[in-house]
Amino acid sequence: MTSSKNGPWRTAGRQLIRNRPAMISAAAFLIILLACLAAPLYAHHVAHVDPLASNIAGTTVVDGRTTDLLQQSTDGLGLGVTPLGPTWDPGHYLLGADNQGRDIAARLLYGGRNSLYIGLASAFVCCLLAAVLGIVAGYFGGWIDAVLARLFDVIWAFPVYLLAICLSVVLVTGGLHIGPLHLNAGSLLLPILIIAVIYVPYVARPLRGQVMALRERDFIQASIGSGAADWRIMRREVLPNVLPTLIVFLPMMTALNMLTESALSFLSVGVQSPDASWGTIINDGLGLLYTRPVVTVAPGLLIALTAIALNVLGDGVRDALDPNARLRGGA
Amino acid sequence: MTGDVLLKATDVVKNFPVRSGAAGRRGPVVHAVDGVSLEVRRGETLGVVGESGCGKSTLGRCLVRLGEVTSGRIEFEGQDITRLSRRRLRPVRPGLQMVFQDPYTSLNPRRTVGEIVAEPLLVHRRGTRAEIRGTVADILDRVGLTAEQADRYPHEFSGGMRQRVGIARSLALKPRLIVADEPVSALDVSIQAQVLNLFADLQEQLGLTYLFVAHDLGVVRRVSNRIAVMYLGRVVELGPADRVYSTPAHPYTQALLSAVPRIDDGTPAQTPARERIMLSGDVPNPIDLPSGCTFHPRCPFARDNCRTERPPLSVDATGRQVACHYPLG
Repeated sequence: MTSSKNGPWRTAGRQLIRNRPAMISAAAFLIILLACLAAPLYAHHVAHVDPLASNIAGTTVVDGRTTDLLQQSTDGLGLGVTPLGPTWDPGHYLLGADNQGRDIAARLLYGGRNSLYIGLASAFVCCLLAAVLGIVAGYFGGWIDAVLARLFDVIWAFPVYLLAICLSVVLVTGGLHIGPLHLNAGSLLLPILIIAVIYVPYVARPLRGQVMALRERDFIQASIGSGAADWRIMRREVLPNVLPTLIVFLPMMTALNMLTESALSFLSVGVQSPDASWGTIINDGLGLLYTRPVVTVAPGLLIALTAIALNVLGDGVRDALDPNARLRGGA
Repeated sequence: MTGDVLLKATDVVKNFPVRSGAAGRRGPVVHAVDGVSLEVRRGETLGVVGESGCGKSTLGRCLVRLGEVTSGRIEFEGQDITRLSRRRLRPVRPGLQMVFQDPYTSLNPRRTVGEIVAEPLLVHRRGTRAEIRGTVADILDRVGLTAEQADRYPHEFSGGMRQRVGIARSLALKPRLIVADEPVSALDVSIQAQVLNLFADLQEQLGLTYLFVAHDLGVVRRVSNRIAVMYLGRVVELGPADRVYSTPAHPYTQALLSAVPRIDDGTPAQTPARERIMLSGDVPNPIDLPSGCTFHPRCPFARDNCRTERPPLSVDATGRQVACHYPLG
C-alpha cells in the first residue's frame, strides 16, 4: 500500500530537511565519506604514490627541485631523519611524508576508509544485534529477559576501553577461530566485531525498556488476539515502533565506534600496519609531534570533524523522529 | 432473538501476583476475577457493569484468552478453550474478537489503517493481497469509513474514527462473538452515540453477539439484553436488563443505580424515582477480600451470616441470578 503523505516517516523526513545544522553535518560527513572512498583515485592518479609501501629512499619534486622524502636532521646531534613537511601541492606530497616516506594525504584518505568502514559496519552490526536481543528480551520477559539483561550487565560492567583492549589484544594478535569461522589476525572484521559487541548493551537496554512498554499497549494484545505468532508480532508490530530509536542510534554509534576504533588503533590493537586508520596515523605522528605536527593534527581534526558531524546529524534525526526521546539524559 | 449458548464461563478466577517474588515463593495476589460463571447466548448483548477495579475488563480479556486464567473453565461454541496453547487457539480466534477501550493505544501508530485491518486476514491467510484489499475496503465501508482512508495513519483520525478502525479490525475475521471492553468510555458523549449505533447496526446486519463491558449504566442499558453486575471480581446480579434496572435485587445494584444522575425534563419518569443510597466506606482491598459476602462491609442490610457465608449466585423464578442472602423486592 502506498503510504500517505502524512506518514510518520515522511513527516520526520521533512522536519530533518528543514534542520539546517543537521543538513550541514550530513553534507560534511558525506564529503568526508566520498573523499575517503576516492582514496585510490587520489593515490594513483593525482599523487602517484603507494600509501602502504615504505619509501625511505624516495624523492619528490618541490618547487621544481628534487627533494629527499626523509632528510637528515639538522638540529641537535644531527641524528635521525625528519620527513618532508607539507608541500601544499596535491601532486607531490600535499601534507608531506611520514617517517617511512609515505604520503600523509593519501594515507589519511586510506585511513579514513578504514576508520569509517569500521565505524559504520560496527554501528550496523551493533544495532542489529541490539535490536534482536533488546526486542526478544523486552517482548518475552521472564527468564529470557533475565538472562539477556544479566548478559548486558556483564558486558557493561567492564570499562568499555579496557574490555575492547583485552579482546583486541587476544583476538587481533591471534585471530579468531570458532568452528568454521576463521578470521585472520589482521582482518578488519575483528575490530568491527569487538566494537560492535562491547556497545550492544548501550543500544539494547533502552530498546528493551521501550519494548517492555510497548508490550503493554493494546495493539499488541489485539495482535495476539488475532492469533499472530510471536515472531510476527515482533517483526510487524514491535519493530516499526522501535525503528526510530535504532535509526537515531545509528549515526551516534558510528561516531562512537569510530572514536573507539581510533583509540584501539592508536594503541596498536586495532587496524594493523601497513594498513592505516586515523588512529594509526596519529600514532605514526607521535614521534614527529614537534617537527611535523601535521601528521598528528590532520587525522585528529578529521576524527573530531566526523564525530561532531555525526552527532549533530544524530541529534537532528532524533528531533525529527521522536521529539520526546531523551537518549542522552539531562537536556 | 437469543438462542443457544455461545460462550460459557464456569468459576473463572484470575489472580495477579502483587509482586513477582523469588521463584517458587507465593506472594500476595490481587483477586481480579473471583469465580465468575456466566453464559453468553447467540445473538444477545450481555452487558457487564461495575465500578472501576471490579474486574470486568480483566474478565473480558480472560474470556477471549488474552492472558491465562488462574482456574475455571471457558467454553466457546462447546469447545473448552481454557488451556489451549497459542497455536491451538489460532483456529478458534477468528470467532472470538475484541474491541479495546482506548483507541489511542489499540492501534499501532506506525501502520496505516488498511494494514491494521488487513493484519488479521494476513495472519489467517484469508485470500491473496488483492482479495484482502477488497475485503478491507468492504469492512471500512461497513464501519462508516472510506476505502481511501485505508492509506492514512491512526494519528490522522479522531477518537471516534479510531474506534471505528478498532471495530473494523475486530470484524475482519467474521467473528461470532465480540468482547467490547468499554468501547465508548474514551470518547466524547456525542461520538459515543454514533459508535453505539454502529454496534447496534452491525449486530443486526451480521448477527453478532456482544459481551459489552462498561461502567456507564446508561450505555449498558441502551445496548444490553441482559446485564451482569460485578463487584470485587464477582457477579452479584445477572438478569434481563429491564428487570435489573427497574427492580434491582442486590443491594449493590440498587446503590449503583441510585447513583445515576437523572434529568428532570418534565416527562413522567419511566422508572419510579429512587432514593439516593449512599454507600459508606471504600471498595475493600482486592488483595485481602472480606469474608462471606464481599459487599457486607458496605451493605446497609448486612446481617451476621453475611459476614461469614458467601452467598451463592442463585436463580429466582424469573431466571434472574442474585448473589445475596437477603435479596430486595
